[in-house]
Amino acid sequence: MAKKILAILEQRDGKLKKSAFEAATIAVRIASELNYEVEVVAVGNEITNLSETGDYGIKKITHLKSDKLENYSSSGYSEVIANFAKEIDADYLLMANTALGKDLAPYIAAKLNAGLIMDAINIDSSSGEIIATRPVYAGKSLINVKFNSQKKVLTIRPNIFKPAVKGKNESEIIVKEVEPSNLKSKVIDFKKSDSKLDVAEADIIVSGGRGLKGPENFHLVEELAEALGGAVGASRAVVDAGWRPHREQVGQTGKTVSPSLYVACGISGAIQHLAGMSSAKYIVAINKDKDAPIFNIADYGIAGDVFEIVPVLTKEIKKIKLQ
Amino acid sequence: MNIAVCVSHVPDTATKIKIGDDNKTINKAGVTYIINPYDEFAVEEALTWKEKAGGDSKITILSVGGDSNKETIRKALAMGADDGILLKDDNPRDSMGIAKALSKEIKSHKFDVVFCGKQSVDYDAGAVPQMLAEFLDYSCATVVVALKMDGNKIIAEREVEGGREVVELELPAVIGAQKGLNEPRYASLKGIMSAKKKTIEEKPAAQAENLSEIIKMYSPPAKQSGRILGTDASAVPELVRLLREEAKVI
Repeated sequence: MAKKILAILEQRDGKLKKSAFEAATIAVRIASELNYEVEVVAVGNEITNLSETGDYGIKKITHLKSDKLENYSSSGYSEVIANFAKEIDADYLLMANTALGKDLAPYIAAKLNAGLIMDAINIDSSSGEIIATRPVYAGKSLINVKFNSQKKVLTIRPNIFKPAVKGKNESEIIVKEVEPSNLKSKVIDFKKSDSKLDVAEADIIVSGGRGLKGPENFHLVEELAEALGGAVGASRAVVDAGWRPHREQVGQTGKTVSPSLYVACGISGAIQHLAGMSSAKYIVAINKDKDAPIFNIADYGIAGDVFEIVPVLTKEIKKIKLQ
Repeated sequence: MNIAVCVSHVPDTATKIKIGDDNKTINKAGVTYIINPYDEFAVEEALTWKEKAGGDSKITILSVGGDSNKETIRKALAMGADDGILLKDDNPRDSMGIAKALSKEIKSHKFDVVFCGKQSVDYDAGAVPQMLAEFLDYSCATVVVALKMDGNKIIAEREVEGGREVVELELPAVIGAQKGLNEPRYASLKGIMSAKKKTIEEKPAAQAENLSEIIKMYSPPAKQSGRILGTDASAVPELVRLLREEAKVI
């Protein structure tokens, strides 16, 4: 019997997320490279778009269903997933390194006594086993890691591995009613933040730093982010000063991000900040100090006044978007 | 209330990381080590809980690692914790190895709550709080930015994409602190002096095999510094053109 890789697909509000299709894509890829069989599983109550996984080469998907798992419960989710992994005897478990994946994977690894590699940005199976690359020290260095265990749990960074559509297909859905016994930690409410897009998920990020001189000037950053359809980020300095909420902080002790475009406004580029964003595909820096370290990693820079340049840039972007 | 706080000893976040000769670890020469920044939030939270609970509440600091970890334990003692335990192991461990050592020690005490930082800023996995909870059979919430007691329950708010999950937990519990949970206090001079007299017990960390292994550590490819397009708003059209035609990101 072929060995198995199990992808755990995340749903929010009853719909599989984009990162779920990334996980499915990677599972299909690894399975074909290592000659494994793919199994996929989603946990929750009602989930509407499970059959879409067919487009990504998934033949069947198991829905671990319980009304008790309508909301996330780390103890309940990890219990039913670990049980399913044991039942099908999966060697690899794979999921996206989202807030949920980050939370869940360590519980499952502990339950299965599995090796755990979090936040992989590259997966190489050419040696016949998986070697994963992941950033450490918030991206100041990288490590290649291998497993030394029979059971292996791996999470992949969102937005790095693109979901690959294999063709129009519907996967078979197998509903498996489950009864979680351990609900000692459960989500009872969700407080939506007022920002539209989270830096951790955004493909475009516009960040502001001390160069903006005060929280009252952050609307410049917000307007540019809005024009670009991106999220607002912030440097540690302005978060520590109380200008912006911590959830927007980019860098070590904040979020490590890899968007397609990162626009740094009035950010000089302290090492902690650079660590968190230097893996962005394209970096734009606007800062009046031409010797600021941010220009060492920026693809394009304007060494001038943010108060003059950012509004003009916002206006130009809006013009294009209208075309 | 009996409280534990797990701390790790990490390179200062201002450190420029150089790769060591073994190509598997960092070059420690000249590196300043500090208490993991997220652990400061954990210590602060423990101190607040102790103050609220009053009576004979006590805070014990736990750390897994070499002798130098005592500096970090001392830092937490200076902030106001009562005593420390160093679980000695000079060899690097993965998250599971750390969690196993901590859980074995914690089981021999009766802690109502265990605070940790949500991740340490060296290996960044963010896995120890959850693994610890699993081995202890405690409830757990991590990446916690707000916390309150409600009878025998804890209501924790954890940061996730797009908002905060409000999680209900039963005691005993493991809490992973995120920045924003509180404002860590500075150690007072009196605190620093009295920390010198507090006990740090040393014992060998429970054996655990590493289930994952670093085979190579290296620096990310250096980013080529790009072009400065100008010094004022007249450079904006060129920037927009490059973003559209060269980078193709807008």
